[in-house]
Amino acid sequence: MFVLSEMKDVIRVTPEHFHQSLSESITTLLNRKLANKVVLNVGLCIALFDITHIGHSYIFPGDGSSHTEVKFRYIVFRPIVEEILIGKIRSCSRDGVHVTLGFFEDILIPVNALQHPSRFDETDQAWVWEYPKGEGEKHDLFMDSGESIRFRVTSEVFEESLPTGPLGTECPVQTIAPYRIIGGINEPGLGLLTWWEAQEQNDVGNDIDDQENDE
Amino acid sequence: MTINAHAAFLCNYEVMQILQQLKDNTQKKHKREASLATVTYETVHYLQDTECKSQTEEMIQKFLEGMKKFKLTKMEKLMMVNTPPRTELEIQLIVQESEERLSEEDVHAIIDLVNEIFPTPAT
Repeated sequence: MFVLSEMKDVIRVTPEHFHQSLSESITTLLNRKLANKVVLNVGLCIALFDITHIGHSYIFPGDGSSHTEVKFRYIVFRPIVEEILIGKIRSCSRDGVHVTLGFFEDILIPVNALQHPSRFDETDQAWVWEYPKGEGEKHDLFMDSGESIRFRVTSEVFEESLPTGPLGTECPVQTIAPYRIIGGINEPGLGLLTWWEAQEQNDVGNDIDDQENDE
Repeated sequence: MTINAHAAFLCNYEVMQILQQLKDNTQKKHKREASLATVTYETVHYLQDTECKSQTEEMIQKFLEGMKKFKLTKMEKLMMVNTPPRTELEIQLIVQESEERLSEEDVHAIIDLVNEIFPTPAT
């Protein structure tokens, strides 16, 4: 789920940071630059892990800042495809189920990757897994928001996002998610955690009935 | 800018330790970086609900030691540390083609190992 990425960058340290040690200012600047941002084809950056190399610092004519080449390692959220993750349902829509991990929200489980057969309940705005009980009967298993859900990462999409205009200007900027994860729950064991906890006790029907009565 | 996007993998426990340390350190300083504070807070918040909260370094080491004989990939073992499997179903999800690669005894042995080493989370 989390990886270390090796990166290199030239860091510009402005004179007001000269009272600090170089590594201290580099740490601050790298975290300011990268934390909570998505780097294309790398993933969502979380925090600086360590600095592996600090090169020579240069001062260019007309600029009092020092420029230093650094190599460093960053903690990055980048689940590999096929990995199993546990998240919470953010909302359901006609497109599928939106899942959040708290720090990362752009996860979609599309309709074709839900348990089969599923239907969308318009009144509750939730997806329902019509669990077959045999003899044509079925159990409705609702996927309400806030529930914990286990899913498999099936693919990832990176998109180049455009820089936003300066604050206060009326700049039509389309907000696209720079990094999206597509998941799937169409395998036994995937889906809401409560679905499968119930099954282990070999009395699916009773357990689910109990849950529904509780609500 | 990037040299190697996948230099190494980290398990949830390691990330949790690093972030918690970072949180303690930055709290001492008067100035905090907004985006770093947000993402560390949210990530720690997520990790607190996972099993890594009750794990220790020794537990993970002992677990991986015990897993050596099953010939699983590094990734599969990493997933088992992050989400310890306690049922056969969970092992089937983590291990690809588990029916061919693991015998029934192996599966039970893994579950026993998980239950022995990692304490069940209080739910």
